[in-house]
Amino acid sequence: MNKVHTLDQFIAQLEDGMTIGIGGWGARRKPMDLVRAICRSPLKDLTIVSYGGPDVGLLCSEGKIKELVFGFVSLDLIPLEAHFRQARQNGNLKNITELDEGMLQWGLRAAAMRLPFLPTKIGFGTDILKHNSHIKTITSPYSDKQELVAMPAIPLDAALIHVNKADKKGNTQIFGPDPFFDDLFARAATNTFVSSEKIVDTDQLGGEQMAIFNRFERNFVTGVIECPGGAHPTSCAPDYGFDLEHLKNYSAQVENYAEYKKDFIDVNPSAYHEAVGGLQKILSISLPRF
Amino acid sequence: MENFKLADLCISQAAKVWVDDGEILATGIGLIPRLAAYLSKMAFNEALMVTDGETYLIDEPFPLGVDRTLKVEGYMSYSRVFENLWGGARHAMVTPTQIDMYAQMNISCIGDYEMPKVQLLGSRGFPGNSISHKNSVFIPVHSKKSFVEGEVHMVSSLGYKEDNLYAPEIGKVITNLGVFDFNGDNHAFRLLSVHPGVEVQAIEESTGFAVDTSQFTETELPSPQEIEIIEYLDPKGMRHNIFGG
Repeated sequence: MNKVHTLDQFIAQLEDGMTIGIGGWGARRKPMDLVRAICRSPLKDLTIVSYGGPDVGLLCSEGKIKELVFGFVSLDLIPLEAHFRQARQNGNLKNITELDEGMLQWGLRAAAMRLPFLPTKIGFGTDILKHNSHIKTITSPYSDKQELVAMPAIPLDAALIHVNKADKKGNTQIFGPDPFFDDLFARAATNTFVSSEKIVDTDQLGGEQMAIFNRFERNFVTGVIECPGGAHPTSCAPDYGFDLEHLKNYSAQVENYAEYKKDFIDVNPSAYHEAVGGLQKILSISLPRF
Repeated sequence: MENFKLADLCISQAAKVWVDDGEILATGIGLIPRLAAYLSKMAFNEALMVTDGETYLIDEPFPLGVDRTLKVEGYMSYSRVFENLWGGARHAMVTPTQIDMYAQMNISCIGDYEMPKVQLLGSRGFPGNSISHKNSVFIPVHSKKSFVEGEVHMVSSLGYKEDNLYAPEIGKVITNLGVFDFNGDNHAFRLLSVHPGVEVQAIEESTGFAVDTSQFTETELPSPQEIEIIEYLDPKGMRHNIFGG
């Protein structure tokens, strides 16, 4: 079994109009090499589902997004995402499904469980329900008769995830202390593509001591792509932190995105490494302290 | 006017919101609320659970902005935060961009929803937090921009509106001018204490809705012990920048 893909092979499996979920959280462990590959591709009209960071920002500035399903978009230490803001404030991103972070989790979980919805109290009394008229309510069939939100499933055509280590068969390991909701993205998706800091032989995964870091099963993984430094400029704990200087520059270039695109998007990963100071530099960025 | 620092006064007042909460997760989002949660654990309620700001529960709060050693006691990934808060065992202190007379809060966007004047974060966990557990509020600049007339532009968190199926639990609201709650008649916004040197009229002029000022005291100054702990937690004095230096 060999699921190793090149970036081109990965892109070839995506289509216009797909719903694509992106793992990670804000500026943390985003599959940025995969996102940059989408930026370079002719893919269009995508529905993006994300706890958003620069993945969403880049796809906004590239005009790739037909609809955004999100709980937030932020760069962590830089709270507001400039590219996402510009798209919203210029009216280029009107088609949004803004959710509570937990509702987004519930939608992925429902899809993962092959359920049409999962019930929750969340959303009542807020404008989340007002702006999302497709989200219906139900009455508990039990004696409590409680009114509940029926959070609809968010099935994904593809999920994109970045991990620390993988093998050719699609066994993956996330060593960062927080796996976020990547397992649910994988389980909610028809196909999951995982970029990994490194691809090793199965017997190099570390055996039983390391198996706990395998957060979802390989049957969910369609392709693995070796992308060292592939989360940059987001963090990939414990390997490297986020590149605050790069994120500041990225934010500042919102008005002249073409410039940023030329330097950092329209280049292959090794040229990208060079443009940001080398792979060794990425790997030496210390982890942030909150 | 007595000699006190506004940041210390606010942190001291904010810390007191968790005094009677028992063994729950105290989450202070932003520097002042976080220092307040840490102070509360150290001075008032040692049963509180607090995090390192990322993934771990810590046994002892540590000074911010300097080298640190974590004393980890437990695990609080995002997934665990949700699992815990949905059970109600959390009291957060948040800083919304807008809050209104119903205690509805907004961190999503300002202006028209389709094409906002200012796009902010999105609603984050506010809808789930506000329906699941108690929330207190810290607002560093008390003005009509944050305490808005009418309703907030995007209701990110549930408030005390009559036709709501569920009611929130709002704790204290602490600002640079005073301490408030929403426990006046019909959950009216109510002044509890005014900070030394602040005129009540200034509060009314800075709030976009009615303030019940029928009964209030002067805000108690932080004790020397509290100030000592605050200095320990924020040795670089980052807290003072929150109020514009």
